[in-house]
Amino acid sequence: MKGNEAMAEAAIRCGADGYFGYPITPQSEVLEYLMVEKPWERTGMVVLQAESEVASINMIYGGASTGKKVLTSSSSPGISLMQEGISYLAGAELPCLIINVVRGGPGLGDIQPSQSDYFQSVKGGGHGDYHMYVIAPSSVQESSDFVKKAFEVAFKYRIPAMIQSDGAIGQMMEKVELFPQITRRTDTEVIAECGSWATTGKPTTRERNIITSLDLIPEKLENHNHKLQAKYKEMEANEVIFEEIQCDDAEYLLVAYGTSARVCQKTVQLAREKGIKLGLFRLITLWPFPKKRIEELALTKKGFMAVEMSEGQMVEDVMLNVKGKAPVEFFGRSGGIIPNPTEVLNAFEQKFRR
Amino acid sequence: MDIIKTENLVYKKTDAMTDKALSYCPGCGHGTAHRIAMEVLEEMGVIQDTIGVAPVGCSVLAYEFMNIDMQQAAHGRAPALATAIKRLWPSKYVFTYQGDGDLAAIGTAETIHACNRGENIVIIFINNGIYGMTGGQMAPTTLPNMKSSTSPYGRDEAMMGHPLKITELIAHLPGVHYVTRQAVHKPTEVRRAKKALRKAFEQSYAKKGLCFVEIVSNCNSGWKMTPNQSNIWMEENMFPYYPLGDIKVDGQLVK
Repeated sequence: MKGNEAMAEAAIRCGADGYFGYPITPQSEVLEYLMVEKPWERTGMVVLQAESEVASINMIYGGASTGKKVLTSSSSPGISLMQEGISYLAGAELPCLIINVVRGGPGLGDIQPSQSDYFQSVKGGGHGDYHMYVIAPSSVQESSDFVKKAFEVAFKYRIPAMIQSDGAIGQMMEKVELFPQITRRTDTEVIAECGSWATTGKPTTRERNIITSLDLIPEKLENHNHKLQAKYKEMEANEVIFEEIQCDDAEYLLVAYGTSARVCQKTVQLAREKGIKLGLFRLITLWPFPKKRIEELALTKKGFMAVEMSEGQMVEDVMLNVKGKAPVEFFGRSGGIIPNPTEVLNAFEQKFRR
Repeated sequence: MDIIKTENLVYKKTDAMTDKALSYCPGCGHGTAHRIAMEVLEEMGVIQDTIGVAPVGCSVLAYEFMNIDMQQAAHGRAPALATAIKRLWPSKYVFTYQGDGDLAAIGTAETIHACNRGENIVIIFINNGIYGMTGGQMAPTTLPNMKSSTSPYGRDEAMMGHPLKITELIAHLPGVHYVTRQAVHKPTEVRRAKKALRKAFEQSYAKKGLCFVEIVSNCNSGWKMTPNQSNIWMEENMFPYYPLGDIKVDGQLVK
């Protein structure tokens, strides 16, 4: 099945309570699949086509505020429209899932695959000091698995989670092993799990619950920010995921994620055929970023080359964590173009003058 | 004191309001509108089944005063939040409480589409023809020639557009079941408005569609008047443009 369809099916199977979204290429299959599948009959999951991405993300805010498991999906321009809502979700500490099937930008850009939303996903995008959990699949299998994973992390830390896919993985068809259906929680179970904070109706037995991101007293707001930062620190310590492909004996490393990581895997193979000891460091969580591991690797490797479908965004985080201990180069294609393995290898050889 | 006995009690502040001092200007209608909405919910015995949504505007802190579970929405988006809450919790009473800037300017799309989908929620719309919280700027409902800080020489309709009768507009949508325009500046009006709110909560809960209660109110601070002057000005100027009464009842427009 397609990557987009796999995410939609995974949403039903992981017991999501609601999906709210607006059509945009190249991710409309998520909403289309759900409407064909009728999850309201299968599991009781609500599916609603909203009037805009702005409405979608605020429906997510409304639903997440009640402790329900809710998600939306969109693509780059639509995700830009959601940024205010994402900032509110982060501020109010609401668990939810936002899927971004990235396309070329800036502006209306095009509908081809891209990775140029990295900054927006991991550096904020919306206003204020906040982070989302951002996880990037590089296959249809991971597209399905990460829906479940992202919801787990979102609820564990009460944080909005994002799957950053791209137009290639969203549209690509691959074999996928779907996980078995997880039973959707009953209202009673939602109240038992989230009743301490969620707005589920105030019984006489507790004080009212309020979901807000407003704190008019500066000292209170700063304290809230410190609480968020402590949570982010904890996630940086516990939730980083990456994959090292032929890194052990490598002299040089490519750093990539998602579709560009698939391309780079072939580049590594081509390089090794030529006797170049090249490895691939694949980011799986884009935030938290594998700061520590990159710093460690910088001590033993001769150089790094970040490969992205953008004009260079993740490369800045690689540089920050290599801390000048090894040269960091960059190769990227943008505008919706996927680099081919040979041009990546040529770029590598040119930059490191081999 | 001897007189304080249960059998002598004729009126009591509803427990559905907190004891926190209202942040509204003295003379403002928000406090009364809050109170009657909460009294209705308490009288119906549905506090534990109610989820409210506060807007951005003067009533951004409504959740400080309403003693119920509440969410605070981004500016204009309350009907989107309420849509999701009601769809995910169909057994709850769900309402939004919004001002004119929130509902009829930045949130126009969310308002119209929630109405058009016939979400089974209540929208309480406080129309005072001005942006109160930000200091008296022109609102979508500001009257022709009315002065505000961003229409200091009066609203010039040719330049600034016309006051938006959003309530009449949404009344035409088939998803909307009950639409009424009320006021809370006099005891008679308060009693009428309270009845309207009860009807709105009951009928939306009965899945008849969206119920919309506009309350035309004053903004003595924003209008630069004393509370009494503002109420008189409201009767003389706001009510002719925004006439009180039912606009749609039982899904039928009132002729």
